[in-house]
Amino acid sequence: MSLLKVENLNLQFRTDEGLITAVENVSFEINAGEVLGLVGESGSGKSVTAKSLMQLNPSNSVYSPESSIKLELENGGVDVLSLKSPRELVVVRGGAVSMIFQEPMASFAPALTIGYQMVEQLMIHTSMSKKESAALSVEMLERVGISDAGKRFHQYAFELSGGMRQRAMIAMALSTKPKVLIADEPTTALDVTIQAQVLDLMKDLVKEFGMAILFITHDLGVIAQVADRVAVMYLGRIVESGPVREVLHSPSHPYTKGLLHALPKLDALDEPLTPIPGDIPSPLERPPGCVFHTRCPEVLADRCNSSVPQRTNVGQDHFASCFAVDSTGKAA
Amino acid sequence: MTEKPLIRINKLNVEFPLGRTLFGKPPMLRAVNDVSLDIMPGQFYGLVGESGSGKTTLGRAILRAVPISSGEITFEDSNVKYNVGGLAKKELKNYRKLAQLIFQDPYAALSPRMTVRDIIAEPLEVMGLTQTREETDERVRDIAAKCRLNLEHLRRFPHAFSGGQRQRISIARTLVCNPNFVVADESVAALDVSIQADILNLLQSLQNQLGLTFLFISHDLSVVAHICDHVAVMYLGTLVESAPTRKLFDNPSHPYTKALLSAIPSLDPDDRGNAQKLEGEIPSPANPPPGCKFHTRCPMAEDRCRKEVPQWRELSEDHFAACHLV
Repeated sequence: MSLLKVENLNLQFRTDEGLITAVENVSFEINAGEVLGLVGESGSGKSVTAKSLMQLNPSNSVYSPESSIKLELENGGVDVLSLKSPRELVVVRGGAVSMIFQEPMASFAPALTIGYQMVEQLMIHTSMSKKESAALSVEMLERVGISDAGKRFHQYAFELSGGMRQRAMIAMALSTKPKVLIADEPTTALDVTIQAQVLDLMKDLVKEFGMAILFITHDLGVIAQVADRVAVMYLGRIVESGPVREVLHSPSHPYTKGLLHALPKLDALDEPLTPIPGDIPSPLERPPGCVFHTRCPEVLADRCNSSVPQRTNVGQDHFASCFAVDSTGKAA
Repeated sequence: MTEKPLIRINKLNVEFPLGRTLFGKPPMLRAVNDVSLDIMPGQFYGLVGESGSGKTTLGRAILRAVPISSGEITFEDSNVKYNVGGLAKKELKNYRKLAQLIFQDPYAALSPRMTVRDIIAEPLEVMGLTQTREETDERVRDIAAKCRLNLEHLRRFPHAFSGGQRQRISIARTLVCNPNFVVADESVAALDVSIQADILNLLQSLQNQLGLTFLFISHDLSVVAHICDHVAVMYLGTLVESAPTRKLFDNPSHPYTKALLSAIPSLDPDDRGNAQKLEGEIPSPANPPPGCKFHTRCPMAEDRCRKEVPQWRELSEDHFAACHLV
């Protein structure tokens, strides 16, 4: 039974220039104890998708009627998009769903201590007393590898280093024992050596807490290290999804292939880098048909610019939306 | 090599005061500590390290964008020789025609109120390199074409462009005054991978066309490995290792270089978690550890490392490292 199920998510933003499509027909599910990686370049809609799980998108966002986000909890299912009042939304905003953001400096309030903020959210989401909350917070800080946790508890965000802030952020997100953790580019702002430490920590914590993680990143290397399954997004659509080994070893969609070719690899220094031609189209000029056809090297002249490719099975649990692939996963 | 280096840095120190005191000298933060290196003409010289390692400060010192505390930087090509530290105002202006900078963030680097043509033309006007508007336009068009921008682009404002296009505009502005030497400070860090490859290829082709010398500053070792022919690794203001790219990546000697290399997440999902992990974080440069600065995180540290500063030694031809244990 999947813990989180997103079906036909369509999200548009109402702007002065008209409706802008940010997410189109996105469906995925995550099971308990599983890490789903969501990769894509800037503007692909990955953060917007994650924010809709907590209804954190701005008030000019419009969800289509067929969009559905379902959360399975012990005491029954929750239909996230039907939640309205802030009181109802508590369950997805820090209760059963927690989020780790990219820039830990921007996500902690600068004028309150780390400890105050950790205790505050525990008081909201659990029935613990202030004393118990404080004890649990210090314990969580220790658990994520912060030395001198008792002292750090009373410090402000600016007194911690980047890696330590991200650890504190993780401790805070996990202290309410969420079922689903959304990690939006959690290691992008960190140095590689610190990134490796934080990724290790997150892998340990999944094992220990058995929660589901939606891991958003633009870095395929990070995906290869942490994810079980991966979904590749481009201009608001999932173009390919499947088990991480399958997708990275035998990518089907030309966009996934392009991303992999564009990446500098240490074991092939002499190979030239092949960029994906062209630039990401502006959201105001969304291409008709397959959204990738304007940059695709395998574009089929008469089909790709007019009709939208359907999701095709190209391997076990491995799907791609492209006219150029058939069910064997090879180019047709 | 009989060739003379274009940039020669000798025992460079850059210090910043930490706050102000009423009497006497404030404590100093040493951002760059006794760095010596040579950059040959036509070289793509890579400089890597974590944040706080002093790589940006070193790049800026070469351009005299930060004051030099002690040590020497000389710039020498076939026509001129400059002692960068001692340049007077007028000479500094001339030097900056030859040595330029490409910034990291193409969104912050371009003025939203100027057209692309005006942005690229500005250095020519400020430096007085062209006399007439026709001449300026011609040079702007010429460099824009080399950076794959078309005439239509020149009339627009930066907001109409994507990250990759903006970085091309920023590169065109840097190169319009025909510099010999360019510092590219994290110039692809803010770009998406598909665009990053495009900009790297562009930099490489521009280098071939225009005979440029680059100092390429980056935290991303795989990018540096692809584009640079020589790499230096910095940690807490000092150089720890330097070698031609191939040598450095095939045979890293310093434990810090090894750790950096193994921390790069592998693209192969079957290759998980067997990397050699580095404990802890980079110490504050305001209070650097004694002896070898890396000893607090080094998996091989011995007693000697905590007391003596390791010497900068040549391990094999053109491959240097500062470590007691290699």
